[in-house]
Amino acid sequence: MNIHDWQQTILFFVVLLLLVRPLGGYMARVYQGERTLLSVLLAPCENLFYRISGVDKDEEMDWQHYAGAMLLFNLLGFLVLLALLLLQHLLPLNPRGMTPFSWPLAINTAISFTTNTNWQNYSGESAVGYFTQMAGFTVQNFVSAATGMAIVIALIRGFTRRRTALVGNFWVDLTRGVLYILLPISLIAALILVSQGVIQNLRPYQTLPLVEALKYDKARVDAAGSPHLDAQGQPITDEIVVSEVTIPMGPVASQEAIKELGTNGGGFFNANSAHPFENPTPLSHLLEILLILVIPGSLTYTFGKMVGNTRQGWALLAVMLLLLLTAFGVLHWAETGDNPQLTELGIVGGNMEGKEVRFGLAGTSLFEVAATSCGAVAAMHDSLTPIGGLVPLALILLGEIVFGGVGSGLYTMLAFAVIAVFVSGLMIGRTPEYLGKKIEVREMWMSIITILTAGAMVLILSGIAMITPAAVASMANPGPHGLSEVLYAFASMANNNGSAFAGLNANTNFYNLLGALAMLIGRFAPAVAILAMAGSLAGKKYVPPSLGTLPTDKAPFAVWLLLVILIVGALTFFPALALGPVAEHLTMLGGH
Amino acid sequence: MQTLRPPFMMIILFTVLCGGLYPAVVTGLAQILFPRQAAGSLIFDHSGRVVGSELIGQPFTDPAYLWPRPSASAEFAYNPMASGGSNAGPTNPAYLATVAKRVQDLRAAGINGPVPADLAQASASGLDPHITPQAANQQIQRIAAARSMSAEQVASVIAARTEPRQWGFMGAPRVNVLVINLELDTLIP
Repeated sequence: MNIHDWQQTILFFVVLLLLVRPLGGYMARVYQGERTLLSVLLAPCENLFYRISGVDKDEEMDWQHYAGAMLLFNLLGFLVLLALLLLQHLLPLNPRGMTPFSWPLAINTAISFTTNTNWQNYSGESAVGYFTQMAGFTVQNFVSAATGMAIVIALIRGFTRRRTALVGNFWVDLTRGVLYILLPISLIAALILVSQGVIQNLRPYQTLPLVEALKYDKARVDAAGSPHLDAQGQPITDEIVVSEVTIPMGPVASQEAIKELGTNGGGFFNANSAHPFENPTPLSHLLEILLILVIPGSLTYTFGKMVGNTRQGWALLAVMLLLLLTAFGVLHWAETGDNPQLTELGIVGGNMEGKEVRFGLAGTSLFEVAATSCGAVAAMHDSLTPIGGLVPLALILLGEIVFGGVGSGLYTMLAFAVIAVFVSGLMIGRTPEYLGKKIEVREMWMSIITILTAGAMVLILSGIAMITPAAVASMANPGPHGLSEVLYAFASMANNNGSAFAGLNANTNFYNLLGALAMLIGRFAPAVAILAMAGSLAGKKYVPPSLGTLPTDKAPFAVWLLLVILIVGALTFFPALALGPVAEHLTMLGGH
Repeated sequence: MQTLRPPFMMIILFTVLCGGLYPAVVTGLAQILFPRQAAGSLIFDHSGRVVGSELIGQPFTDPAYLWPRPSASAEFAYNPMASGGSNAGPTNPAYLATVAKRVQDLRAAGINGPVPADLAQASASGLDPHITPQAANQQIQRIAAARSMSAEQVASVIAARTEPRQWGFMGAPRVNVLVINLELDTLIP
C-alpha cells in the first residue's frame, strides 16, 4: 500500500469508529421508545402505522408471539414479492417489457430478498422492471434488514430483563427500525450517491451510437442452440456490426443506499457495485463500504448501552474489527501479489481481472472484506486469487459475524459469546454466566443451532452438488476452483450473504431450489433459536457478578472469544477449504 | 383475523412508504439537485445528440484511439445490457491463454516493457470507463503516429484529462477513455 492507500484506509476506520457511539446510542433510544431528534417528524407517521395495522404499541409479546409475528410478516413479504416477480409483465413502469420470472427462479429470488440474502440468479438490467425493483426489492431491502435488527434487540432485552416472559413488540421494533434508522440514513446516502453519478430516474433505456462501431463474429446456431458447422466441421460465424448500444436506466440510487445500509447486497445491475452506475467514484465506493459496516458496527454499542455497560459492546466490536483488519491485510496482500504465469508474460500491477480501475486495489480489497457482511461486490470474487477468494469465503463460513448482516451479525456473535462463556465455565468448574444471566442447557442449544445450522447445510449441500452431474456441470472453472465456486455458493446462501463466485451457472432447478432451502433454513432456524434464547433469558433472575465470574468486558475475554470463533470455524471447514482454495493456491504457485 | 391484520397492513404500508414514496422523493430531489448525474452523466455533442455516458466505457480498436480495458460482457465487449466480468479463476487454462493472447496483441501494437495489468485483464463490470495513467501513456506513440500528431500533443491531452485520486487520497488515478477519444476527435478528426 502506498501513502494514499494508508490515508484512505485509516481515515475510513476513523470515520466508522467515530459513528459507532452516536449511531449506536441513537438506535438504543429508538428501540427503547425514547424521544429522539426525529420524533417530531416521525412519531405521527409511526402512530399512523400502528392505527392502520391495529397494533397496540404498549402491548408486548412473549418470544413465541414475537417469532410468530416475525415469521408471518416474512411469509407475506415473500408472497408479495413472488407475485411481483411472476406478474411483472402486467405491472406499470416496465419500459423494457420485462417478462415474468420462471417459477424456480421466482421462488429463489423472493426467498433471497426476504431473508436478507440477495443471492441473484438473474441480471437486473435485462430481467427486472422498475416497479418490481422498487415495490419488491427495495421494500424487502428495508424490512428484511429491520427484521434482523428487531431480533437482536429482542435478544438484548432478554439479557436486560428479569423474570418476565416479554421480549418486546415485533411490529413496534420493525416500524421503528425502518422509520427512525433505515429511511433517514438511506435518503441522505442516496442523494450523495446521485451526486457522484449513481443514476435515479424512471426513463426508458437510453440508446446511443458508438464512437467506433464494433465488429464481432457471432456463431450461427439453430433453434436448439447447437452451432451450425461448415463442411470442414468448423462453426459458421456471421460478422455482426454493432453501431449503437443501449444503456440501462432506473431508480438505482434509492435502492443502492438501502442495499448497502441494510446489508442486503442485491445489485440493481448484474455487475452489482462494480457497475459504474451503482458505484461511479472512489467516494461513492467508500460511502458504500461505510453504509455496509455502520449499522452492524454501531449495534455493538446499542447492545452495550442497553445492557448498561458499553464495554461489553466494545469488546465484541474489537473482535470483529480485528478479524476484519486481518482479512483486509491478507486479501490485499494476495491481490497485489504475483500470479507466476501472468508475471512471466510481463504483466505488472497486481490482479486486475474482475476489478475496476477507479477504486484502486486497496479500496477494492476493503470493499470485498466488508462485502462479507452484505453480499454486494465491487470486484468479481470468482477472479480473485485463490487466497484472495479464500478470505471472503472464510469470513462467510465463520457465520457472517465480521461485521455481519444488520442484526444477524450481532446475534450470531452473541451466540458465540454464550458458547465462549460456557466453555470457560466448564474449564474453571463454575456455572457460566453472561451479563448476569446463568447460561444453561437451553441457551447452549439455541446458540449451537444458531452457529452450526449454516455450516451443516453448506457441507451437506455442497456434498450433494458434488455427486450430482447437473450441479457439477454448472461450474465455470475446472479443478479445485470449481469446488470453491460450489462451496462459496452454498456458504453464501446458507449464511444469507448473497455474494457469489459468479461463474457458477446457478440458474438451474438444482441451485434455485436447494439454494432457496438453504437461505430459508439459514435465516429462520437461527432467528427463531435466538428468540427462544431471548425468552429463556428474560425469564431468569439476575445473578450479580462474584469473584468467580468471568469478566466479559475485558481484553482476555475478547481474545478467548476470538479463539473460540476460530476453532469452531477451523474445525468445521478446514477440510473443504484445503481441497478448494488452498489446493488452487499451490497449483498456481507450481505453475501447472 | 385479528392476528392477520398487522402483517397484512404492515406489508402494504411499507410497500407504499419504502417502495413508492421513498424512491419518488429521491427521484424528485435528484432531478432538482443533480439532474445530469441522475440521468446517467450523458455526454452530448454540439448538436445536442447523445454520444455516450461518461461512466459507461465503449470499445475501441482503431490505432488512432486510446484503447480501453478488455471487456468480458456477454455477446460483445462493452455491452451495457450485459454488465459483468469473466468470472475466470486465476488458474483456468482457457483464461491464461486469453490473457497471453491479449499480451501478444499489445506487444504487436507497440507496447514494450511491462504490460499494465488493466490492459490485459478484463474489468468487473465489463463497462469500466477508465484505464490507469500507465496504460494510457503506453499508447501515446501509437495514437500520435495514427493521427499524425506529435507525441507531446497526445500526452498533453491525456495529462490534462487524467483524474487524480478523489480528494487527493481516495481510489486510484485514472484516465477516462471515451472522454479522451472524443477530445482527440475534436482536435484531429
